[in-house]
Amino acid sequence: MSIKHGLLALLREEPKYGYQLRGEFEAATGATWPLNIGQVYTTLTRLERDGLVRAASTEADGRSTYEITEAGRDELTNWFQTPVTRESRPRDELAIKLALALAVPGVDVSAVVQRQRAATMQSLQELTRLKRGDREGEISWRLVLESMIFAAEAEIRWLDHCESILLRHRGRPATTAQPEPAEDTTGANR
Amino acid sequence: MTAILDVRNLTRTHGQGEQAVHALRGVDLSVVPGELVAVMGPSGSGKSTLLTCAGGLDRPTRGEVIVDGNDLATLGPAGVAALRRRRIGYVFQDFNLIPALTAAENVALPLELDGTRTRTARKYAEAALQEVGIGELADRFPDDMSGGQRQRVAIARAIVGERRLLLADEPTGALDSETGEAVLQLLRDRCDQHGIAGVLVTHEARHAAWADRVVYLRDGVLVGQAGPLAEPDELLQGSH
Repeated sequence: MSIKHGLLALLREEPKYGYQLRGEFEAATGATWPLNIGQVYTTLTRLERDGLVRAASTEADGRSTYEITEAGRDELTNWFQTPVTRESRPRDELAIKLALALAVPGVDVSAVVQRQRAATMQSLQELTRLKRGDREGEISWRLVLESMIFAAEAEIRWLDHCESILLRHRGRPATTAQPEPAEDTTGANR
Repeated sequence: MTAILDVRNLTRTHGQGEQAVHALRGVDLSVVPGELVAVMGPSGSGKSTLLTCAGGLDRPTRGEVIVDGNDLATLGPAGVAALRRRRIGYVFQDFNLIPALTAAENVALPLELDGTRTRTARKYAEAALQEVGIGELADRFPDDMSGGQRQRVAIARAIVGERRLLLADEPTGALDSETGEAVLQLLRDRCDQHGIAGVLVTHEARHAAWADRVVYLRDGVLVGQAGPLAEPDELLQGSH
């Protein structure tokens, strides 16, 4: 990923300025991925060139808002529907995908979690099959395999954890503006 | 291939009216010979209910459970009990061995209950213990064994005779990671080499990954599946 998909996600609801996008991106993903404004504008220029966004209005001071195009929406839908493969993943794309899925309305976050879990489980099954087929093999290869197995397992446990948090927060307003006296855990189901 | 376990539209509701708890809602699951299926899901999602219904320990509110061609609903309690003794093996997290009986006696028990003579049952039991790698512990009592050894006895009891369906509920829950792996290896081998159908309930992804398919339950509904993997050696296997 893909600052590109992050910006598309944030433009899904309404046109925005570049500086707005930067602020909202950081608000959604926390400190995991600080962006500078230059990266935002280069990315917007590339998105515009590819027909995924277009300039919507230009103010007197030359600043433009950008809006997402139909092609951009298709690209975004596709991103949310495609599990990240373990082989090609730049760091933290999955965490950022989930953070953005939560931050923008209209995305079925549970479905994103379940699709990812099934995909990660499948790669865990493949690794386990390699291990089964190699009971007498080199210990070094075995340890590398185990490392990949534990990494995949950790990701699945984290996804389980995300799901239980999502369940607990289901039914709350998406923007939690009202301060609450205390974190309640009565909705927890485990 | 004909399924050994065929669960159709399985619904299990506890209680009635407003207090009703829907443990399972319209679950479909087929397991063919040689296949190991893992069931995952949060606590309370219906995993254990699915297993107890499949094993005839609990009766569905609606839907069908067919084991090795027998529709459990048509069998009656005695028929279900007989099918459980002959065709269905159970492995539990806490082993459920009888402390006053030796390993061999524990394993022979379901056969003896089914009318097999003591001496014949003992022979089958020794063979089963041999198969799970603890033939030398036949006369040991459960209390004098490690957790891993006890679970092996429990598996021997679940596979003794001519079982077709192996149901395991968190079989590795009480074991350390490496012993747990050995137990999974055993379950896997039973399916691969003896054409048994296996269902494994677990909350450990690393253990579920030994299965051919992993299905996910949430609130009593199947919500997804991982696998089956493509078979790279399918062509080779077809040639003999």
